Amino acid sequence: MTILVYDGTWPGFLSCVFEAYERKLTELQISSELRFQASLLDTPITIITEEAKARRVWSGLQKRLSGQALRQLYHCFLSEIPMIENTLFEYIRLAFAWEGVEKAFTKASVLRVSQVAKMVYREKHRMEAFVRFQLTTDGIYYATIEPDFNVLPILRSHFEKRYADQKWLIYDLRRKYGIFYDLEEVEEIQLERGSSGTEASSIFSEDEAAYQTLWKDYFEHVNIKERKNMKLHLRHVPRRYWKYLTEKAP
Amino acid sequence: MWDRIREKLQILADAAKYDVSCSSSGSTRKNTNKGLGDTGNGICHTYTEDGRCVSLLKILLTNFCIYDCAYCVTRKSNDIKRTAFTVQEVVDLTINFYRRNYIEGLFLSSGIFKDADYTMERLVRVAKKLRTEHNFNGYIHLKSIPGASDELMKEAGLYADRLSVNIEVPTEQGLKLLAPEKDRKDMIQPMNFLKNEIILRQSEKKLFKKAPLFAPAGQSSQMIIGATQETDKDIMFTANSLYKNFNLKRVYYSGYVPVSNDHRLPGLGTSVPRLRENRLYQADWLLRFYGFQVNELVHNQQPNLDMDIDPKLGWALSNLNQFPVDINRADLHLILRVPGIGMLSAKKIVEARRFQRLNWEHLKKLGVALNRARFFITCNSSYFERRDLSAKQIRHFILSGSDKKTFSAAVTQLQLF
Repeated sequence: MTILVYDGTWPGFLSCVFEAYERKLTELQISSELRFQASLLDTPITIITEEAKARRVWSGLQKRLSGQALRQLYHCFLSEIPMIENTLFEYIRLAFAWEGVEKAFTKASVLRVSQVAKMVYREKHRMEAFVRFQLTTDGIYYATIEPDFNVLPILRSHFEKRYADQKWLIYDLRRKYGIFYDLEEVEEIQLERGSSGTEASSIFSEDEAAYQTLWKDYFEHVNIKERKNMKLHLRHVPRRYWKYLTEKAP
Repeated sequence: MWDRIREKLQILADAAKYDVSCSSSGSTRKNTNKGLGDTGNGICHTYTEDGRCVSLLKILLTNFCIYDCAYCVTRKSNDIKRTAFTVQEVVDLTINFYRRNYIEGLFLSSGIFKDADYTMERLVRVAKKLRTEHNFNGYIHLKSIPGASDELMKEAGLYADRLSVNIEVPTEQGLKLLAPEKDRKDMIQPMNFLKNEIILRQSEKKLFKKAPLFAPAGQSSQMIIGATQETDKDIMFTANSLYKNFNLKRVYYSGYVPVSNDHRLPGLGTSVPRLRENRLYQADWLLRFYGFQVNELVHNQQPNLDMDIDPKLGWALSNLNQFPVDINRADLHLILRVPGIGMLSAKKIVEARRFQRLNWEHLKKLGVALNRARFFITCNSSYFERRDLSAKQIRHFILSGSDKKTFSAAVTQLQLF
């Protein structure tokens, strides 16, 4: 089996698709270099990311698929699920062969892409809800997250539109990068040391603790005890997110 | 200073929590002035331990009230701590919560102090300050206070995304019993006024792009369930007429949480009718999205919804002559009427069958609940339900399967004794 190994980026993946067609490969797998494990039976080929090739594949897809389907492909890629590249490739191959393949839910790869894309979309939506900013002394609203999927690239426009008049930084601790808005534009940044978000409270503004207390009070008092339903509560706010939620954190 | 705010927030959030509306969707307000906030499809920022979503900062401006409605925790005769926010306090809370991404906006209601205009004027002042002084484009939901002047209502519509008047009690007799000082007509009047105003402003908007937004997320209302002896038919017919006559976006159903020992009401300690509330919402969805008419779901022979099965299944069992539906041929609106098939799977079915005739395996993968649907459909498979089952038998088969909701409801009931 031929394995195309790429650098883990989206253009890198699209370059692999280009190469697969260019080299007329039929049996192949695509693997990011982080995950790739060599085995005797496979022939690995390292694919170098080339913007031009990636763009050609993408514009080819744009002619075949709707905006929604293109978004699903990209969201699916951001899931970082092992071997998801093979599903995406299968889908792309169908898309170049058939007209309107995105609605053929009886095809395994089409159904899978739509399902994974939905998982990623849900995680994005959860982050839109669960990000909790804390105001620092230098006037930046700062939040840390550890999402299941790599959703920062698809979160930026939401927060950019919403918080156009404040500086903010959302940092993904798991993937070790963040997005920062400086009142002009959003850029990707990496913090130097392994900042954990639990540094001395002195970096936060003096009202910060008070507003957090008020929010906790509100959360407590808007609850109707007679209707307690922890099962439902946990379904909507799974425990793994509690750490970063002001109202649920200890 | 923080301690006083804390106490006020605790009291006034406690008093506002029985208003179930939490929606922050449906508005078209965008952040065009590089200000703060944006509205869209609505976001639930967190969920309380009762499983309800927290989307808005939902508070009363004050819990002083001149009325004495038996079902209300803020009623005049109730011996509770009273307090009031200043306009500035509400504005500061909203802005600071919003900036930290706690909320989508503000839902401001109030007890009636002095009179309707006096109260409404303060609600409007909060909204105005948020919009004009703080460039706030987040969601604002205001209560329209029955009896307030037309001018104030109009102004409210200019700043708020949604306005609502709660009808509270589903029947007029019920209202007379529990809130003798109130009149159904007074609640309908602002609803009607706003409906006409919204229609007028929308037609203006079509002519002039720059015309200001007017309550872009429309109106909503709420009814308390289980406080009087009303039937589900009373409730659904009232809801239906609110949707039809006043173009309401939503009617909320709020299971009565006992707040007093008044003999006219279910006593303290009575459990909240959560399952009934859930069935009513299911029926409400069938009305708004699935093309059902209200009298198909509840009528004189069957004034109450079946608590054991969902209303769509209930309808299907009493209309077996409409089934089976052929999944590969039937129109979307017929597929939508099949129990166990929701909006999304129905749409997927219609898309997917253009490529391939669908069988059970496909349907299962598309998300259809076959345990219910299989009695009502045929598909591209030689195996299907051939027996001529009666409604009673189907009901039995489905219930003896694993209908978790009814099962757990039965369990909670048992634990009470």
